[in-house]
Amino acid sequence: MSLDLPLIWAGLIATGVLLYVLLDGFDLGVGILFPFSRNKEDRDVMMNTVAPVWDGNETWLVLGGGGLLAAFPLAYSIVMPAFYLPVILMLAGLILRGVAFEFRFRGQRRGRPFWTAMFAFGSILAAFAQGLILGGFIQGIEVVDDRFAGGTFDWFTPYTLLVAAGLVCGYALLGAAWLMWKTADELHGDARRWAVISGVLTALFLVGVSLSTLVVHPVVAERWGWTGGGLDFGRFLPLAWIPLLGLIGLGLVGWGVRRASHGWPFVGAVLVFLSGYAGLAAGFFPYVAPYSVDFRAAAAPDNALALMLVGTVVILPLILAYTGWVYWVFRGKVTPEAGYH
Amino acid sequence: MALEYDALILSRLQFAFTVAFHILFPAFTIGLAAYLAVLEGLWLRTKREAYKTLYLFWVKVFAISFGMGVVSGIVLSYQFGTNWSEFIRLTGGVIGPLLAYEVLTAFFLEASFLGVMLFGWKKVGPRLHFLATCLVAIGTSISAFWILSANSWMQTPAGYEVLADGRIVATSFMEAIFNPSFPTRLAHMLIAAFLTTALVVGAASAFQLLRNRGQEESRLALKMAIGLIAVLAPVQVLVGHESGLVAKDHQPQKLAAIEAYWETDANHPLILFAIPDRATQSNHFELAIPGGGVLVAPADEVVTGLDAFAPEDQPPVFIVFWSFRVMVGLGVLMLGLGLWGAWLVWRKRFADDRLFLRFAVLMGPSGFVAVVAGWVVTEVGRQPWVVQGLVRTADAVSPVTAGSVATSLLIYVTVYAIVFVAGAIYVLRLLREGPVAGAAEPKPEGQRAPGTPLAAAPEDAPGDPS
Repeated sequence: MSLDLPLIWAGLIATGVLLYVLLDGFDLGVGILFPFSRNKEDRDVMMNTVAPVWDGNETWLVLGGGGLLAAFPLAYSIVMPAFYLPVILMLAGLILRGVAFEFRFRGQRRGRPFWTAMFAFGSILAAFAQGLILGGFIQGIEVVDDRFAGGTFDWFTPYTLLVAAGLVCGYALLGAAWLMWKTADELHGDARRWAVISGVLTALFLVGVSLSTLVVHPVVAERWGWTGGGLDFGRFLPLAWIPLLGLIGLGLVGWGVRRASHGWPFVGAVLVFLSGYAGLAAGFFPYVAPYSVDFRAAAAPDNALALMLVGTVVILPLILAYTGWVYWVFRGKVTPEAGYH
Repeated sequence: MALEYDALILSRLQFAFTVAFHILFPAFTIGLAAYLAVLEGLWLRTKREAYKTLYLFWVKVFAISFGMGVVSGIVLSYQFGTNWSEFIRLTGGVIGPLLAYEVLTAFFLEASFLGVMLFGWKKVGPRLHFLATCLVAIGTSISAFWILSANSWMQTPAGYEVLADGRIVATSFMEAIFNPSFPTRLAHMLIAAFLTTALVVGAASAFQLLRNRGQEESRLALKMAIGLIAVLAPVQVLVGHESGLVAKDHQPQKLAAIEAYWETDANHPLILFAIPDRATQSNHFELAIPGGGVLVAPADEVVTGLDAFAPEDQPPVFIVFWSFRVMVGLGVLMLGLGLWGAWLVWRKRFADDRLFLRFAVLMGPSGFVAVVAGWVVTEVGRQPWVVQGLVRTADAVSPVTAGSVATSLLIYVTVYAIVFVAGAIYVLRLLREGPVAGAAEPKPEGQRAPGTPLAAAPEDAPGDPS
């Protein structure tokens, strides 16, 4: 029996990136919502809801980058130079917000407000930069002779700015739903209001991005059955579950908020992201550097993929198990008395 | 062409800057994590309060340092792509799995259990908490295993073949992972990390003892640090020497640069001081011990000099020569500190000798300096290759513009300066306070004001935008 190693790895990396988006999504979201909080005590609680897990969440980004490097070195070596500046901005944002977790509690009269601001700024910057990269991905990357051949600012267009703004709102929605789940009382009420606002904005951006994608990229439009102003239902119907899933997710957020539910809005927000992710996958597949290099052409030699798969099959379930355990340890509402710090 | 050249220089500068910044934190946290595991284990066993006080003190320092290590490490895993994409395109088939295994076996372990270690005191039992500390410590060492393996493969590649299109693939991953320079370099780095931690712990404790010689925790910590330095400093000399012998066999240009040997010859002198000059292919102001080269090779063995390499294939000799001497010089001082300390411990006077305590304080940062100097020796000594004999650094750079790299370098320098200054202030502030018994007592949930157990943050004035 021979395994289709490149396909397996494409699936594994797609899963890793999805987990990153969902997990770091809510903790970036908490940072994005920081400027809207009432006072220091609320901000302490907000930060404490993610303090024990943010580091693990961010490790999925390292896995995404490292996995792409290892399994698809060609794609990695094309994509990173193509998004040079957004990647740097993302990293700068992640650094500033990452150290803020400790520094904010260490800082005194001047330090603490500064790191509070840096936590919010870094989170927004990282989210926005990821949106620019995502938008640039959908636009496609110019490749000549297996190397990036586009311009320095190819990723800076009205379309990528739209995607980036949308992703910031999406992360804010995840963060607000997370806070509804993990907090109580007044802060829970604030989170509920944030969920409504970010939910509406996310819905608008989703529609806006979807429609403009059809205009910006004919290849993607064709996949969805949109050709020359008419809709080909034979193509669209097999993909119809994707927007439907997004609608269900948004509905769940709305219903959960109205019912003052604690957990359902988060489930709904996750479904929205799943829908968006599946929608992207439907547009990209099988490209890893759209729209010229597919995952087979970019794959590492089979012996490298096989070596990594052996370890991954054993280790990944372990990682998921202890990650789950850590979330279990820190389950329940976080209150000011939790005083992690 | 001029533009590409600038992008190359700037990319090298950026990589050197970001790696040198990053390496400070693993060099410290690998040892500190193990130290914390030892402290918590001793506390569980003996129930002696001083161990717990020390644990709760050093875990705060660990939290700050580890966070800085994590974020500066993410930068590196992306920089391979942003700035050295050709390197990855060519060698990703060999290097990639090693880095992927580092993420899978180390990063997740460290990151996940760090949360429990820092915030889980009252959520899990003491044994489970101890397990979390141990897993973080193990994770940091596993991480060192993989990254040293990947870096050693770049020094002494093995188990590979070069395809027709120039890409390099593995023929044997066992040979690639356990390449010739890997075992000694891993040992050298791990010992360096433990020494760095011991030097910091020793310095912080000595500083407290200078103010209050009766401080129980600091006496205990200083004694532990002296013990470790006294044992590890001599071992490090031997391991380092072994590492040098591997370089002699596999990277002769590096050894020649370290010793500033321009001529291939037997019976070399040991050069103590010189200004090596690549333009004249010789040393100025040389001060040498005739016959001292027996430290490097037996007197009758012919040692390859830099004349065996074309000038464009020689590493920057001056940098390598002097970085090596900085590293070794500090190593000798560490050796002296360990011996002196051991003598004083034996005479039960180590907390009273103020001269020794001042020396220990001064030696606090020496581990960091030695680690960076050693890293410069090994990386600059490999130039002009990024993978010894296979890929030149000049051929490894990404197709990005000099303007982009200048921008990113500016961003990194700014962000790192802010983060480093703040981190240094917070760590030094903690070290000045020192361990205080009972100050960080974890209390059961609900009975404790916010601000414990890991940080007693002072209260703010109302309306403070923090």
